[in-house]
Amino acid sequence: MIDLEIPKKLRPIAELASAVAAGYFRPISRKYDRAEHTYPKELDLLQAAFAGLSNTDRLGGAGAAATAGSKDAARAPGEVVNGGNMSTVLGITELAWGDVGLLLTMPGQGLGNAAIAAVANEEQRARFGGKWAAMAITEPEAGSDSAAIRTTARLDGEHWVLNGEKIYVTCGERADLIVVWASIAPDRGRAAIKSFVVERGAPGMQLLRLDKKMGIRASDTAVIAFDDCRIPRANLLGSEEIASATKGFAGVMKTFDNTRPMVAAMAIGVARAALERLRELLAKADLAPRYGGAIHAGAHAEVELVRMEAELEAARLITLKAAWMADNRVPNSLEASMSKAKAARVGNAITLRAVELAGALGYGEDELLEKWARDSKILDIFEGTQQIQMLVVARRLLGKRSSELR
Amino acid sequence: MAANPVLKGGLRLLNAFASSGLAERYGVEEQARELVERAARLGVDLLARGGDRGASEPSAPKRRFDLTPTESQELLRTTMRRFALEVLREAADDADVALGPPAEVLEMAGELGLVELAIPEAHGGAGEERSPVTTALLAEELGYGDMALGAALLAPVSVAHLALDHGTDDQRRDLLARLRAEPFVAASAALLEPRPLFDPRRPSTRARRLGDVYRLRGEKSLVILAERARFFLVSAKLGKETRLFVVERDRPGVSVRPEPTMGLRGAGLGRLELSDVEVPAGALLGEADGFDHQRVVDLGRLAWSALAVGQGRAVLDYVKTYCNDRVAFGEPITNRQSVAFMIADIAIELEGMRLLGWRAAARAERGDPFTREAHLCAVQSAAYAMKIGTDGVQLLGGSGYIREHPVERWYRHLRAAGVMEGGLSL
Repeated sequence: MIDLEIPKKLRPIAELASAVAAGYFRPISRKYDRAEHTYPKELDLLQAAFAGLSNTDRLGGAGAAATAGSKDAARAPGEVVNGGNMSTVLGITELAWGDVGLLLTMPGQGLGNAAIAAVANEEQRARFGGKWAAMAITEPEAGSDSAAIRTTARLDGEHWVLNGEKIYVTCGERADLIVVWASIAPDRGRAAIKSFVVERGAPGMQLLRLDKKMGIRASDTAVIAFDDCRIPRANLLGSEEIASATKGFAGVMKTFDNTRPMVAAMAIGVARAALERLRELLAKADLAPRYGGAIHAGAHAEVELVRMEAELEAARLITLKAAWMADNRVPNSLEASMSKAKAARVGNAITLRAVELAGALGYGEDELLEKWARDSKILDIFEGTQQIQMLVVARRLLGKRSSELR
Repeated sequence: MAANPVLKGGLRLLNAFASSGLAERYGVEEQARELVERAARLGVDLLARGGDRGASEPSAPKRRFDLTPTESQELLRTTMRRFALEVLREAADDADVALGPPAEVLEMAGELGLVELAIPEAHGGAGEERSPVTTALLAEELGYGDMALGAALLAPVSVAHLALDHGTDDQRRDLLARLRAEPFVAASAALLEPRPLFDPRRPSTRARRLGDVYRLRGEKSLVILAERARFFLVSAKLGKETRLFVVERDRPGVSVRPEPTMGLRGAGLGRLELSDVEVPAGALLGEADGFDHQRVVDLGRLAWSALAVGQGRAVLDYVKTYCNDRVAFGEPITNRQSVAFMIADIAIELEGMRLLGWRAAARAERGDPFTREAHLCAVQSAAYAMKIGTDGVQLLGGSGYIREHPVERWYRHLRAAGVMEGGLSL
């Protein structure tokens, strides 16, 4: 039965995340925007608090990935569920409303955790469970074209030997583990690309530097080199075999179906923060959104507030749909990319417009509006740029192979 | 999401504690952790209990986020999709030229029982309960066929909805009986007036009580099936309220003329003039007070948006096929990102429009306030229905501009989003 309200049973999680965002993230938001590369030690206490809960991921970090393929509570056949994916999206939205940089550096909630949750076997889940895992895909010469990565992994007895350089590794300095994409046979193309778990301190792994960024400064972004870095053979996620077609690569790409709606949720949270604050500031000038009357009449700023709200709501509902499909084990690659494409561009546009409409207040550091406008931009870039999402959506709609629609 | 104030305060304290470095300095990190853990656990328990209390009330059915139509909705959708493709799509061009729907199409819709299905069994019809969500699904399929013909067919259905939602028992019985007297009885609601930035809550049309009659004066624009309609539901200001009045076509002072437009020509749009038209006291729809005119406006917006979503979906399907087949520079033009991305955008924005409409309709059906949601839906639809229309023509190039292909008509139809108010009711 069609209904698009958030069910009561998921509200406590969203409320808890909202309380953390307002009470814990916001007070230190500006502090860690200024103190880039300083670890927000306040997060340790928060992490300890949530580690004590039976189901830590319910709060909605990136590690939450209760994926379309994972087990959830028993349910009657044909029954519609609102489960882990939806609560993750809701939790992330609230936390990102607080501070998306802090959310990205929540211990134990890295993107690598999502990869492990999606493809690890039982033994690996046991070994890596409870650890904080970052994700290393991008290289200086391979960004969106992740099949072009040059990092290699060579089997040497019971070890893999990794060589290459990774950039833009979120939490690369702070995480316990790094999930690294590397090729086991560079002449075999994308099918030979596998993901490997490298523990911090593995011989041959070196942190080269931390990048300075425009936004999400609370989150560290590392450059890491692998120079004959040796890791156990059992640290490869998935199969060692090179599938004849693109099957193997599809496996590592599967992670994105789970992480893209999460990034969409982040964009929605940041944009909502900006829109709410803008509304408060405009209210002081007696400007408010008005509903029910002529849609084009009113002060420009009032009409703009409503227009942005409509855009945000469209993005939010598409994202909830992607999560709902995953919860109900319906393949959602198309909707996952749609949600990220729409939410990330809307999120960026809203935060930038909020700065503009708030004028000098919006541009200055007394308010957080300018920070959100800097933070939101990365959400339209990482986990697949706007343009990559459009490629995914268009190929699926038009039935195109990647060799046809490039 | 409003943060729980107690929890928020507690977390603020904990944050201050963590920032201060006190825990480290005094070597009480372990105790601090345990304390925080207990607080968080308590917070979750408290919140969970608060959440469950409402859900376990027997009177409140369990609600969940769900995008699955019921079986009967799915059946209706499939049936109407065939009707849209086989009947409406075929008749659309002729209707566009003739400035109105062919009589056969109206009869066929009558035989399909569109009005019958809109009237619940309890009121003598063949339908299930009054459901804005079901109507949204119906309207999308009609719009998929042709937005103009869809509007024409929905006009009497909407009058039935308005009678059901707002009429007194007598009015309900009378109006519904008239709508069911023949396979297709034309009748139409008239809210829109001819001026920029029209606010449907503040019509210039006035009604005055004179003894046991009301006297109406004003002008209504783009009234669906204006020349065929047997009667209209006309919005007018009565004192401080805005109300609907049943106005017979043949009343003295009622005049109707065709009002040709850019698109929606197949809907038989017309200008309705009311020059001191006198209607009996019983023509005032609803009881003396408590009339919810905002609901009339809101459900009207949702109906237009649902039609536009359907028409937009027709554009999407059409350009997918056309552009995949169209070869230029040695390959299908969909191998080019500039073409493929436009099509991807149509799909994304269509989904957003649809979900906004569904959410508002579901809220209306459950009795939740939905004025804001309907407004957001109308805003989004005004922007993106038009974009889909213009991109549809662009994607076909010169072929999009000639009448051999339907996308030029759909372009003209889709500009109605953001223009039309009232006339329909979900």
